[in-house]
Amino acid sequence: MLDKNGIAKCIARELKDGYYVNLGIGIPTLVANYIPEGINVTLQSENGLLGMGPFPYEGEEDPDLINAGKQTITTLPGSAVFDSALSFGMIRAGKVDLTILGAMEVSENGDIANWKIPGKMVKGMGGAMDLVASAKNIIVAMQHVNKAGESKLLPKCTLPLTGVGCVKKIVTELCVMEVLPEGGFKLLERAPGVSVEEIKKATLGKLIIEGDIPEMVLS
Amino acid sequence: MNKIIANADEAVRDVQDNQTLMVGGFGLCGIPENSISALVKKGVKGLTCISNNAGVDDFGLGLLLQHKQIKKMISSYVGENAEFERQLLSGELEVDLIPQGTLATRCMAAGYGMPAIFTPAGVGTEVAIGKEVRNFNGKDYLLEYAFEADFAFVKAWKGDAHGNLIFRSTSRNFNPLMAMGGKITIAEVEHLVPVGELDPDQIHTPGIYVHRIFQGSNYEKRIEQRTVRPRV
Repeated sequence: MLDKNGIAKCIARELKDGYYVNLGIGIPTLVANYIPEGINVTLQSENGLLGMGPFPYEGEEDPDLINAGKQTITTLPGSAVFDSALSFGMIRAGKVDLTILGAMEVSENGDIANWKIPGKMVKGMGGAMDLVASAKNIIVAMQHVNKAGESKLLPKCTLPLTGVGCVKKIVTELCVMEVLPEGGFKLLERAPGVSVEEIKKATLGKLIIEGDIPEMVLS
Repeated sequence: MNKIIANADEAVRDVQDNQTLMVGGFGLCGIPENSISALVKKGVKGLTCISNNAGVDDFGLGLLLQHKQIKKMISSYVGENAEFERQLLSGELEVDLIPQGTLATRCMAAGYGMPAIFTPAGVGTEVAIGKEVRNFNGKDYLLEYAFEADFAFVKAWKGDAHGNLIFRSTSRNFNPLMAMGGKITIAEVEHLVPVGELDPDQIHTPGIYVHRIFQGSNYEKRIEQRTVRPRV
């Protein structure tokens, strides 16, 4: 079973040298801590920055320099700042190689719901709908089941959708799955110590298991 | 050419009840603090505000919400404001939540003289309800209209009497787009500099879009999430 950092570490293996990457709030943000050695990626923050650096040292916080989660950050040599229309222009034009974000539900055809619980939560979608509508590659980082123990991997989403047929891969505390173009969650890897049976039990949508499913190796 | 006005009170002098305002900033970063305070003081009501966020309970647009001056918010994310959520759930406040890129581009379209844009954001979701869908090269897009705003309030780092503006770091965000999009655009700046001091190559918003400019004061520049790393 993976903790949040384990999920982030697992997703970091997908990063390739030269990638432009947008990280959502929560577990996705942690991916930045596990970028493999020798791989250079540029982080895009949709409020208008390419080349997001680490948090500033105490006393060096700049209120004019924040990320999409409203956290104080820094720039790096080679960073670029721009306005919000340009920021979503580059997203819409497919320039961002990989988008990693959280979800409340994912369906077996790759639909994602992550912005609204009717009657309960009305925070808004922020940039999530723009990102999922245009990103070339979307990986979802989330818990396999919700707080009530119900599967978040469903035949069909029950919550209002953020985007349709867009999720390519999902990493949870239990496993890594690929969303097949014809539909279905194809099991790729098991988290350390997790059995196929446990994954089956926690997945309500169509789970596709072909052959032996390897246990992932994280350095 | 002199668009300089004395202060925020003069800037908001002709804002009327029930008008539509664009308000720059992302979170509390780059918000027109002085103009918001002046709007609170003026007491105009029934406002429709186009702004990515709604401030926090006691700062930014949260101040206008606290005084029940806003009738409708058009935003992409309003998660940091409990008073907002309360007014929304109780039905006192109308809210149009729209994708962030759509919000930015609808402002931009207004400034570019384009009546509408096509975007894939929201296709197949409740955002698409009632909207025209057009297919280009096998992909669906929503028709979204340019915003119409009576006033745009923006905050810049530097500006001059011509209304030329330069923004600083990520406080740029929606500000140049809203500066272009308002029928009357009011810029408050941290540094009002003599004409000729700004390098023409570095100007983000050409003065033609800006109608009034003033030297802001007492900037609080509040930080929402102060995150730091330890010194090694």
